[in-house]
Amino acid sequence: ADIISTVEFNHTGELLATGDKGGRVVIFQQEIENKNQPLFRSEYNVYSTFQSHEPEFDYLKSLEIEEKINKIRWLPQKNAAQFLLSTNDKTIKLWKISERDKRPEGYNLKEEDGRYKDPNTITSLRVPVLIPMDLMVEASPRRVFANAHTYHINSISVNSDNETYLSADDLRINLWHLEITDRSFNIVDIKPTNMEELTEVITAAEFHPHQCNTFVYSSSKGTIRLCDMRTSALCDKHSKLFEEPEDPSNRSFFSEIISSISDVKFSHSGRYMMTRDYLSVKVWDLNMENRPVETYQVHEYLRSKLCSLYENDCIFDKFECCWNGNDSVVMTGSYNNFFRMFDRGHRRDITLEASRENSKPMQVLKPRKVSAGGKRKKDEISVDSLDFNKKILHTAWHPQDNIIAVATTNNLYIFQDKVN
Amino acid sequence: RDSELGRTRMGTGSHCTEIQDTVISPEKAEEAKLKARYPNLGNKPGGSDLLRKRLQKGQKYFDSGDYNMAKAKIKNKQLPTAAPEKTEITGDHIPTPQDLPQRKPSLVASKLAG
Repeated sequence: ADIISTVEFNHTGELLATGDKGGRVVIFQQEIENKNQPLFRSEYNVYSTFQSHEPEFDYLKSLEIEEKINKIRWLPQKNAAQFLLSTNDKTIKLWKISERDKRPEGYNLKEEDGRYKDPNTITSLRVPVLIPMDLMVEASPRRVFANAHTYHINSISVNSDNETYLSADDLRINLWHLEITDRSFNIVDIKPTNMEELTEVITAAEFHPHQCNTFVYSSSKGTIRLCDMRTSALCDKHSKLFEEPEDPSNRSFFSEIISSISDVKFSHSGRYMMTRDYLSVKVWDLNMENRPVETYQVHEYLRSKLCSLYENDCIFDKFECCWNGNDSVVMTGSYNNFFRMFDRGHRRDITLEASRENSKPMQVLKPRKVSAGGKRKKDEISVDSLDFNKKILHTAWHPQDNIIAVATTNNLYIFQDKVN
Repeated sequence: RDSELGRTRMGTGSHCTEIQDTVISPEKAEEAKLKARYPNLGNKPGGSDLLRKRLQKGQKYFDSGDYNMAKAKIKNKQLPTAAPEKTEITGDHIPTPQDLPQRKPSLVASKLAG
């Protein structure tokens, strides 16, 4: 139940939210007191914990609805409170997280402990005053967006208009207004009339960071479709189709499975988007549909292990990916608690490990190397000794600073740039 | 189309070599391994079956009662068993009908029953 299922920084990076398999959300807050000191180290401490979703039972299908939090997305801050959307397979909830640091004292009709006074004993009136108290962080559900998805929700994305958001399941994408819970518009529907003809499903969807009319969705066949909501109410016809042509002679049983896109993320600039398939990360220029502009191999050595990875289901693992604040570096996870970063400008990449056994706190991480071939150098790890149960599926990068959050199965690691 | 043994160019592998007569891409080699282990594997791997299994994710229960029982089992690791006091009755006093365990219905119906 403590398995982390999603990680997300808010828009300033001050808050970091994690969702887990047990339906809980834990929010960490950055300690920013000494930010301008030369030896400043960010610390994230628990700020709020609440139960977002509970397990439910679908009576019609006799299926359990898992409480696992699939995604969390923060709303940009508008007032003193913070808002986030959290979703499980079927229901999206808007949570308000607010601080309380004052309480009223000196009621006329109530005792200090809350018991009501006998009105006949009151002889004078006073004005209650607000006195400081220990900070209390409260989370309350403000909206529940339910019953709009037949299939399992894989993505939510807040629009740049700050009024609407989309939710995507395997076959459909819905558009919601943040204030309205009893209605949502269907904007993409790829369900075939005859389910026997089903060939692909939606795997991820996201709104463009600046253009409120544009969104993309990725498929299990390795394609990405960009849609413009101005063209029609139902965006079944895409405006752009991004697909890298495949050499048919290379096609194997695994080709389609490993081409399935597990995550799609726009760059902060809005000019590029990144997709993650099983073995690679691809950066696409929105102006070029026929192939990606950059391809990064995450763990190419797994190509000769696809048979066993199919048998143990690892081939279906859904890795996420993320951009750093200025879109110069992309990051994604791998197995054995390894995660990879690719520096786009300098054409450098690095493999690091998130593990308590192999590195001490405050210690600079040592780069790792996996040896694919026969000759294994000292300090290299052979492919066969990789632990496929230790997968890093969820990573997040602070929107401005070089602080990253990496989730292993049960633990959250926060790393930052080495300070001189 | 099936057996790609023979002249095959290495695919997207990072170690590209000259075209050789018996070279197969690592992916195709893995595919051959899989087909050897599971000869009945369909030819449409990404097709309907796999996808429909994916759409059907989630544990199926017989009904809501079954679901609630399963949930209760997880919460209290012990099953609610018959009251242990009943085993102490023997020898201490003459049992009354309430003390006796429920008689399970016979598997074979008595010939005397209608």
